Amino acid sequence: MGKIIGWVDDRFPLMKMWNEHLAEYYTPKNFNFWYFFGSLALLVLVIQIVSGIFLTMHYKPDGAMAFASVEYIMRDVPYGWLIRYIHSTGATAFFVVVYLHMLRGLMYGSYKQPRELIWLFGMFIYLALMAEAFMGYLLPWGQMSYWGAQVIISLFGAIPVVGDDLTLWIRGDFVIGDATLNRFFALHVIALPFVLVFLVIAHIIALHEVGSNNPDGVEIKKNKDANGIPLDGIPFHPYYTVKDIVGVVVFLFFFCVVLFYFPDGGGYMLEHANFIASDPLKTPEHIAPVWYFTPFYAILRAVPDKLLGVGAMGAAIVLLFFMPWIDRCKVKSVRYRSKIYKANLSLFVISFVVLGWLAMQPATPTLTFMSQLFSFFYFAFFVVLYITSKNENTKPVPDRVTS
Amino acid sequence: MSTDTVDTGRRRFLVASTSVVGAVGAGFVAVPFLSSWMPSERAKNAGAPVEVDIGKMTEGQLLTVEWQSKPVWIVKRSSKTLADLAKIEESLRDPASANPDQQPAYAQNANRSIKPEILVLVGICTHLGCSPTFRPDIGAADLGGSTWLGGFFCPCHSSKFDLAGRVYQGVPAPTNLAVPPHKYLSDNVIVIGEDGEAA
Repeated sequence: MGKIIGWVDDRFPLMKMWNEHLAEYYTPKNFNFWYFFGSLALLVLVIQIVSGIFLTMHYKPDGAMAFASVEYIMRDVPYGWLIRYIHSTGATAFFVVVYLHMLRGLMYGSYKQPRELIWLFGMFIYLALMAEAFMGYLLPWGQMSYWGAQVIISLFGAIPVVGDDLTLWIRGDFVIGDATLNRFFALHVIALPFVLVFLVIAHIIALHEVGSNNPDGVEIKKNKDANGIPLDGIPFHPYYTVKDIVGVVVFLFFFCVVLFYFPDGGGYMLEHANFIASDPLKTPEHIAPVWYFTPFYAILRAVPDKLLGVGAMGAAIVLLFFMPWIDRCKVKSVRYRSKIYKANLSLFVISFVVLGWLAMQPATPTLTFMSQLFSFFYFAFFVVLYITSKNENTKPVPDRVTS
Repeated sequence: MSTDTVDTGRRRFLVASTSVVGAVGAGFVAVPFLSSWMPSERAKNAGAPVEVDIGKMTEGQLLTVEWQSKPVWIVKRSSKTLADLAKIEESLRDPASANPDQQPAYAQNANRSIKPEILVLVGICTHLGCSPTFRPDIGAADLGGSTWLGGFFCPCHSSKFDLAGRVYQGVPAPTNLAVPPHKYLSDNVIVIGEDGEAA
């Protein structure tokens, strides 16, 4: 064994990479529950790629055949139902895990100097993931696929001057049709997965360059022993690989419960209207996006103006990119930050969840007002943060990690 | 051959000019790929005009036909409906159909139609492209009660339109519903997708 590794090492940096990224990658010893979600996101990416490859073997990206081919997968392909439900449950799991992963970043200031690029790569992953999910949702070619895509592509029509030509270019036809379906298939199965994998690699390389943050927001590289090893650091392998496996087991438990007992997620993961083939002449009575897009959809719906609504929705995502510069507080972890920040972050999370719920309800005047109110809180988070973070009343940060 | 001195100015010029030429080349290469996303010749040729017989339509009825894969509505309005159109002008964004993109010149009138009672509309919301629902029920409680005199309601983002396809104020849709080009072959036959002779 050692000989083979030696032979490889003379030709390829196998052990070097193993050591740099696992065996001698020193990680803070105080990781908590919130640190499961990065490795889980990686796991879900693999689940999606593998199940997706097998789906492409039976699926037909053709306007006349797509809907029937999905039903064929569900009814006639051996275990086709399982592979398809793994993929659709995986989409939801991806967003659950990524949202929790992002919240972790917000709580412990993981986007702050020197980790700005990790955050930016992560935000681009999130953006690519949204594009991937949106294009994937068109492929079953049901009513929700069709009209959801119609609405989202029409968003680009709000852009002044070039909007209409841009939507035409995206669709490849005057309405959503075979051309749109076919290109979304190509982007969903080839282009965006490549982009995603590339970004994930960049995300991890950047992380391993500067080292992981931790719940105390203390840089473990400041306190090293005689050998240059952080006093509060432990090697990622075997300590965190083993810990993460526990996370994987618990995650897969929940994953399987949904997969086998609630594969349509009560209509929030696979919407009921999507079991009807797409009909360009009739919009479903109640149209709502899949749950992971709902907070932004609520912001869109809250603004009674086409351009401003689309702008607000875009800003809700773009502002997150700038978190490292909007938050000017030197203290990273929420543990040592002011009550104002704690309240501000709590309200932000509550707004995000409430907006997500609101977008699933039919619009009534009361609910529209609530959407406007919570959209205001959502944006207020960034404004309040920028103003208060400069001279924040923080608690003293310990030199070493606690517990 | 001298290797002692490097003409940095010359080097910088060569690097910059090579890069610029390369970038221009890459730009040209991108053209065919980006252009391939535009509608194909086949897509452009689809969407021929559609003939519709409206002889059997009754008052208040809505007929949906497909033109260019889009829903096109034909509504036969009663004289009461036509009279009602004037009553709600105050609550509309563009009551006079001033936006020339949303209808051909021959439909730029109070009824937004060639024949007053026959309304022809593209059934696609001008906000984000959903197809609104036909709600002729006057006084519908969920659409503003007594102020609702019939029209169209978009389930996606609650945009409201009257029975001439004119958009209400305070809703996300920016413009009136579009009137497609159309003409009458005879009293009862409409061609959708073709402009008539100067009427």
